[in-house]
Amino acid sequence: MGDKYRFIGKATPRRDATEIVTGGTRYLNDIQMPDMLYGKVLRSPHPHALIKRIDKHQALALPGVKAVLTWEDVPDWRGGTPRHTRVLDRKVRFVGDAVALVAAATEGIAQEALGLIAVEYEVLPAVFDMEEALKPDAPQLYEEYPGNRVTPGMPFFGLNSLTEIVMGDVEQGFGQADVITEGQFGYENLPNPLPPEPPGAIALWEEPNRVTVWVSNQASYMDKITLYHVMNRHVETRSIGGPCGGSFGSKFMSWQVQSYAALLSRATGKPVKLILTKEEHLAVFTMRPASRMRAKVGMKKDGTVTAVEGTWLVDTGYYSMTTQAQVAVGCGEVQIMVRCPNWALQPVIVCTNRNASGIVRGFGGQELKCMLIPLLSLAMEKLAIDPFEFLKKNYVKPGDGYVWRDGNWYTYRGVDYAAAMEKGARTFGWKEKWKGWLKPTAINGATRRGVGVGVHGNADIGEDASEAYVRLHPDGTAMLFSCVTEHGTGQRSNFIKMVAEVLQLPLESVSLAPADSLINPYEFGPAGSRGTYAIGAAAIRAAEDAKGKLFELLAPLLKTRPEELDTADGIVFVKGNPEQKIPWRAMSIDRTITGFGRFEPDYTLSNCMMSFVEVEVDTETGKVTLLRVVNATDVGQVIDPPGLAGQLNGCLGSGGIDSAIFEETVLDRSTGHILNANLIDYKWRTFPELPTIDNVVMETPFPSHRFHAVGVGEIATSPGPSAILMAISNAIGTWLHAYPATPERVLAALGTLSHGEKKRGGA
Amino acid sequence: MHGQAIEKNNMLHLTVNGKRYALEQGSRSDQVAPEHTLAYTLRETLGLTGTKVSCDEGACGACTVIMDGKTILSCMTLTIECDGNSITTIEGLSDPTTKKLDPLQQAFIDHTAFQCGFCTPGMIMSAKALLRENPAPTEEEVKEALAGNFCRCISHYHVVKAVMAASVKSR
Repeated sequence: MGDKYRFIGKATPRRDATEIVTGGTRYLNDIQMPDMLYGKVLRSPHPHALIKRIDKHQALALPGVKAVLTWEDVPDWRGGTPRHTRVLDRKVRFVGDAVALVAAATEGIAQEALGLIAVEYEVLPAVFDMEEALKPDAPQLYEEYPGNRVTPGMPFFGLNSLTEIVMGDVEQGFGQADVITEGQFGYENLPNPLPPEPPGAIALWEEPNRVTVWVSNQASYMDKITLYHVMNRHVETRSIGGPCGGSFGSKFMSWQVQSYAALLSRATGKPVKLILTKEEHLAVFTMRPASRMRAKVGMKKDGTVTAVEGTWLVDTGYYSMTTQAQVAVGCGEVQIMVRCPNWALQPVIVCTNRNASGIVRGFGGQELKCMLIPLLSLAMEKLAIDPFEFLKKNYVKPGDGYVWRDGNWYTYRGVDYAAAMEKGARTFGWKEKWKGWLKPTAINGATRRGVGVGVHGNADIGEDASEAYVRLHPDGTAMLFSCVTEHGTGQRSNFIKMVAEVLQLPLESVSLAPADSLINPYEFGPAGSRGTYAIGAAAIRAAEDAKGKLFELLAPLLKTRPEELDTADGIVFVKGNPEQKIPWRAMSIDRTITGFGRFEPDYTLSNCMMSFVEVEVDTETGKVTLLRVVNATDVGQVIDPPGLAGQLNGCLGSGGIDSAIFEETVLDRSTGHILNANLIDYKWRTFPELPTIDNVVMETPFPSHRFHAVGVGEIATSPGPSAILMAISNAIGTWLHAYPATPERVLAALGTLSHGEKKRGGA
Repeated sequence: MHGQAIEKNNMLHLTVNGKRYALEQGSRSDQVAPEHTLAYTLRETLGLTGTKVSCDEGACGACTVIMDGKTILSCMTLTIECDGNSITTIEGLSDPTTKKLDPLQQAFIDHTAFQCGFCTPGMIMSAKALLRENPAPTEEEVKEALAGNFCRCISHYHVVKAVMAASVKSR
């Protein structure tokens, strides 16, 4: 397909490539400002306590300390959904909750000052388990959330935002089933997306009510919007986004660290930089929500799902900003994966005394599928149904539909992904490797191999609004104004590509404005997989709009109508007679032409990723080795081949596949402390342990925008975890349903764990 | 005011990317304090922010620089221990006059061997030290040399290709 385009589908160097490989890229912590102060946060050692008294005199007396702020010193700024979580509160709700903020001339002085603040706490009982938190006598985190139940629904999604899946008649559905299976499943290991660059902010307050915040976030325009609400809607906020050293969704929830920097700047009149340490990143910043599900499914012999019923408990930690959104999107996504007429799935979002859950690739759907696919697998086993055939049959097809996050029904109008799935299965060799449920693919002494498959898709590829300007200059160059930061996907370069393709300009003649909210129009940002379709559509429309205005202006000079004109390389010419031409500079050197483009949300398209995995299990040690991954998808049209490959390889990182093998945040459930808040004890995959990855990418044109492309980057992490447990279960011949499949759990499932250790793995 | 700092025996001499620095010991922002790590001195005192700090405890390789031919973790090295040493950072790989990129840097561009790019300077420095010692490594040797470099976007596969391509060129 690529040949019909000049740039689209071709591998071209990233616009920021030279800066990245020379160390010239200016990430947030690389920014220096005159008179800049450094912020640090004093954090609670208790999971739940009232602050009785804070003595900050000694800290203030330390030379170089410019401000010490406690809950008594700051305005009532609040975040979360609903906005109940104060930026500094009299009550602390987890180990690591903010107690005081310090600004000082150096980081070292700020750190020293933290130790000079005396705090007297009244320690309260704490709760670390979501079911314990729901009991009537449980410690209560907020007056506003009786029973620790977070208010359901996401106001941003509209009045009918999806809070559950209720449709059809489940009793009738179970009556039609050949097999009913039920059980409790969890995805509670709290993997952290863990970008290398820690979260942080720089803020400069200007009296009386204006603040500029330098941010590291994939969606920097939204920081302006979020902070505007947090600061009670009377502070004029400007967000300046720059290169983002990884986010995977997480840095969308940076309002707290941004507010701390803003408050310290407000108190000192100086710019304040506040960058979290890696320990803070792991122990107090956001992680995946924990999920636990009790559910029942009915299935017919042919793999038709007749009913799904159950409860989905979601532990959001000490507050929620987006968990309701993750529940809404997860409920939508599960309908894309499983066609079923009868549903009664009831989510409950619960607060507990640990750090907050937030956004991570997979956004609710990964969490839900990591539990539902194992349950469906029990039914498939009873009916001897091949999981690949099951997932292919049940994935949304053109003409099917789903209730999406706003509570409305949408009919899917995209491509049938069965062809991509089959191509993936052939590449993987699924038919040869699949030996039936709980049967290994191969046995070699104490090692056994097994295979598994999973699928995920999201109709967020057209979610939310985007706006862009494209400005044409008389020198034959163009500039795109789209408030997008580069966070690793290469999308800033891709939007340049799209504009260059529309205007037929050399790539080097198109530039992209900085991601500054002051100069750019509204942009929800590259969240989910919306970049290619939603943000791309706005950029394309802005370029088309500008081109149309250029043709209107120049048509009289060429004595023709605008519709007869085309342009390439800064020259406007008459279609069919390219010799009749005029350069862009004929617009006059004292003029620019600005086009505007807007994308309106469209939930009728979904992406899809199927992942096949092969693992080897050492039955003597319990070690699981991931040998191979095949990811299969259809993207309509590849925009940038290496960028796409990078996104799909990302299936391993950011709390994806490895959350089924070794990744977990270990919370001490008696003290509330996180025990592995460093990059040695938090396990991550190293170069020598890389499996073989093959990415199967089809290009069936989508009815999206003029390049017929859809985004897919976000979802690479999501099909893998449940596929891994499936593969391990098949390898060892018995079910293993706990994430991650540590050696201890594998041996427990095999019944060979010695020394009387408690069994945790076997279902 | 800081008169004692100008005494010769109180000076710290570093060569960074071929440029010689004489740094005073002390607590001013242009001086080196005993607790300053090399990463801190490079970034905050000398303004060489290409070296990244991620974990700040020697686990992730983001801060890797080359000192006297060997890779070190600059977040785990105190600057006062580096007196008289020669250090190469990511800023020192391209030709100082022509700005021509090192073949390894060019290979990273050609293979899009990065996503967010935050871990990339550390990756390149680790790979550079490998290629100096072993100009024609196998893929396994490349992976082994980069085992201490954390990347969360999963640029690994493109990085291995880039390093292999650069190694072929350097033969």
